[in-house]
Amino acid sequence: MSLTNRSKVVSNKKFSFWETLYLPAIFHGMFITMSHLFKRKTTIRYPEVKRPFSGIYRGLHVLKRDDEGRERCTACGLCAVACPAEAITMIGDERKPGEEKLYREEKYARMYEINMLRCIFCGFCEEACPKEAIFLTDRLVPSLNEREGFIYGKDRLVEPVDARVDVSKRQTEKVLEFKKDKDERHNKNDLKK
Amino acid sequence: MVFIVYKLTLITVILLVSLGIAMYATLLERKFAGFLQDRYGPDRAGKWGLLQPLADGGKLFFKEEYMPNTADKFLYILGPCLTMLIALLTSAVIPWGPPVIIGGTEFSLQVADLNVGILYVFAIGSMGVYGIMIGGWASNNKYSLMGAIRASSQMISYELAMGLSIAAVIMMMGSVSLTDIVAQQQGWHWNVIFQPVGFLIFFICALAETNRHPFDLPECETELIGGYHTEYSSMKLGFYLFAEYINMFISSAIIATLYFGGYHFPFIGRLGLSPNLAAVVGMAIFFTKIIAFIMLFMWIRWTLPRFRYDQLMRLGWKILLPLALLNLAATGIFILLKG
Repeated sequence: MSLTNRSKVVSNKKFSFWETLYLPAIFHGMFITMSHLFKRKTTIRYPEVKRPFSGIYRGLHVLKRDDEGRERCTACGLCAVACPAEAITMIGDERKPGEEKLYREEKYARMYEINMLRCIFCGFCEEACPKEAIFLTDRLVPSLNEREGFIYGKDRLVEPVDARVDVSKRQTEKVLEFKKDKDERHNKNDLKK
Repeated sequence: MVFIVYKLTLITVILLVSLGIAMYATLLERKFAGFLQDRYGPDRAGKWGLLQPLADGGKLFFKEEYMPNTADKFLYILGPCLTMLIALLTSAVIPWGPPVIIGGTEFSLQVADLNVGILYVFAIGSMGVYGIMIGGWASNNKYSLMGAIRASSQMISYELAMGLSIAAVIMMMGSVSLTDIVAQQQGWHWNVIFQPVGFLIFFICALAETNRHPFDLPECETELIGGYHTEYSSMKLGFYLFAEYINMFISSAIIATLYFGGYHFPFIGRLGLSPNLAAVVGMAIFFTKIIAFIMLFMWIRWTLPRFRYDQLMRLGWKILLPLALLNLAATGIFILLKG
């Protein structure tokens, strides 16, 4: 049984005179290569043309702010626990009086780092986050020559107030449904098993 | 005085043209390869990558000049120089176009109208192997030596069949001067029509002589790293790579001269062009033919896989040589019967 109709049975039969001439086969081969000259090119000329990404592509992370521009992350550490590659590190700190405009919760992440060389972009951190603070976006992690550059701190992860990052593309109906009762049904079902 | 100036100008122009064509042949090759493989090829340096050859040349100039300390210094440097020199020498006897008339004097577009033009081409062509052999030997590297040995035996094997296929042409033409051979192919009397087998043999041998695919065993990246130029870097390597393209250009010119009527084209004589205009048109035709052959060389390169070494030798000695001999005999009988 064959999976495709392209398979050919290999045989070791002697070449016929026509085949020993090789020339017909060579001309046939040259015809094939020449036909490729006129085919559509598969190249995407990268900086000018970009390959369209799937809406739910999991790329470079973002730490979201809420509507008033306060950081949502409360440094609970669930994302770091969920991370199978152990790429996330954070140090929590207490919010001081007067910092209410900066941080939404009473505890916040003083330091938050993701090592992009370790990260496997599975998106578990996003699923684990109870505050909807971390999301994966359809942006790419740019390539660099130095390893140090791949450790992203808060300076590069937290979205700027004036340049919000759109994460709505990843919020499909299924995802929203899942997030609605995150700490109720799903977790309980897990416990039952 | 006029003679010297005219010859010097002609030599300079031909030198520059062959260098320029070889330069852009590298780009053409990469573009062509790209298109055959559903890619675009280089298109970043300048419009359509037109500055790519300059960028490549500049890169080669600034590469580290490396010489293995066990190499024979003199021969190591001599190798690429010789390859380049010999590649450029052949262009001297090729008639590039019909004569031009300036101020009542006739100037032929050929540097040296030797009456033994073909012999000169052959003599220089067989010297081509020296550059590769010396380079490979002087590098003191086993892969280089293997490449050099392969190159020399390959060139010697294929030169025989090549010579025999040309002998048939010489018998038909009754002359060994390239000018005469071109002149006799006026109109549609192209040699390829009377010598199709001879042309095929000559073309295959030309591929082998220029070390082009599928006969590029002297380089053979998969087995010999880089073959004879494994130990070369910077512009010395550039010379070797560049000489291959010049060789390709010259071989195409010789094929066009011997088998495809040089600067002749059917019915062009009937247009009644003035001599100078006819010279320009003739040259354009000749260069079109040359570029068509360069494209054919490339087309074959990106179609066929490399021969195994024993297959190469078998093809040369057991197939092409007897075939060339048969072709020679058949031509002889034909000429004898015709009277």
